[in-house]
Amino acid sequence: MLIASTHTNTIERPPAMGPQKDRLQVTQPSTEVSPQTTWMLAVRDGRDRAAFAALFDHFAPRLKGFIMRSGTGSAQAEEIVQDVMLTVWRKAGQFDPTRAQVSAWIYQIARHKQIDTFRKDHRPMPEELSREPDLEPDASQILAMEQEASRLKKALSMLKPKQREMIEQAYLGELSHQEISTQTGLPLGTIKSRIRLGLEKLRHDLKELR
Amino acid sequence: MTAINHHTPDALLAAYAAGSLPQPFALVVAAHISMCLDCRAAFDAHQAAGGVVLDNVGAAVLTGSLKSDTLALLDAPVKEKPSFARSGVYPGPIMEALKGKPPRWKSLGMGVRQSILQANDEGSVRLLYIPPNQAVPDHSHGGLELTLVLQGSFSDSGGSFGVGDLEVADQEVEHTPTAGSGAPCICIAATDAPLRFSTLIPRLLQPLFRI
Repeated sequence: MLIASTHTNTIERPPAMGPQKDRLQVTQPSTEVSPQTTWMLAVRDGRDRAAFAALFDHFAPRLKGFIMRSGTGSAQAEEIVQDVMLTVWRKAGQFDPTRAQVSAWIYQIARHKQIDTFRKDHRPMPEELSREPDLEPDASQILAMEQEASRLKKALSMLKPKQREMIEQAYLGELSHQEISTQTGLPLGTIKSRIRLGLEKLRHDLKELR
Repeated sequence: MTAINHHTPDALLAAYAAGSLPQPFALVVAAHISMCLDCRAAFDAHQAAGGVVLDNVGAAVLTGSLKSDTLALLDAPVKEKPSFARSGVYPGPIMEALKGKPPRWKSLGMGVRQSILQANDEGSVRLLYIPPNQAVPDHSHGGLELTLVLQGSFSDSGGSFGVGDLEVADQEVEHTPTAGSGAPCICIAATDAPLRFSTLIPRLLQPLFRI
């Protein structure tokens, strides 16, 4: 497991691993990077198949549930799941844990594939900000991102069922922009600031390298 | 580069992240995010929220062979889709819509030119070229219009808009955008309804030019 340390900000190679239970009973801020992020970095930097298999075990059933929520049948949902997971493998180089949780990154790929499949359309995407592959990941920044994401998760679970349902519909792509209210009750301000810091650092690092 | 003062509204960013924004608007928002660090951060934050929903929505049982089938495909060769980089004032997503070629401008008179990128039931999106100090005929529209400045500037009753600024105009607005005095103004504009011009002659020309 990865430990955030004040002395070093390098990421150690993760040990061989299989599926692990989510750690839910965290009472104080965790000092470990989540297994999902660890697996994803092992896939990105080490092309680690065991880590990919672990990611598959974690995300593929959730992806299938997510895709079937919009009324897609089981067989077609599995085709999309496979396509999404293969994209995770191929595009792993674009994953940046200081700007996104694994679930957020995979969410984006999944929505993109759903649009490709059902609208026969290609959603325009912003320019990629290139990640400098040689830069060592900053474990404290990764941890800070993960803490923001778990705060977000907690905030969602505290909402009234009706409000939570509305947010789920919005991110499942079932609401139009006119129907999406900015008053969703989901506090995105702090995670936005955290990502903004990561983006500024990236821009700074890229400038230094030029 | 000067600071961006007019950003993509949050509801549009959420809809874009969720993939529910009509294609013409999605292109303008993708271009704006390519130019604006604030809106990129907000877009990433909406993806984080989407990730939480993905985590929570409940797992479904997989067919037995899906995992082994997928693992077997990891090394299968794939045809890479071409990626489009920024070229001049046009960010990557606009270059993609242009298929990597320079815009093909058509004159609208008075030095104003347009290049239609897409027009269908969902609405239309086009590039506009407006000479310095030139006004674009007064028009109102049935739905929402998003305009992003790529070069130069323009101003109208909604304010002054420079490079990277996004104007959001709804059906209430009847505006006469006028280009600033510096470089010619180049912008990308998307609507979900045909524009209606309020002066007679442009209205007669409207079917002809599809504006």
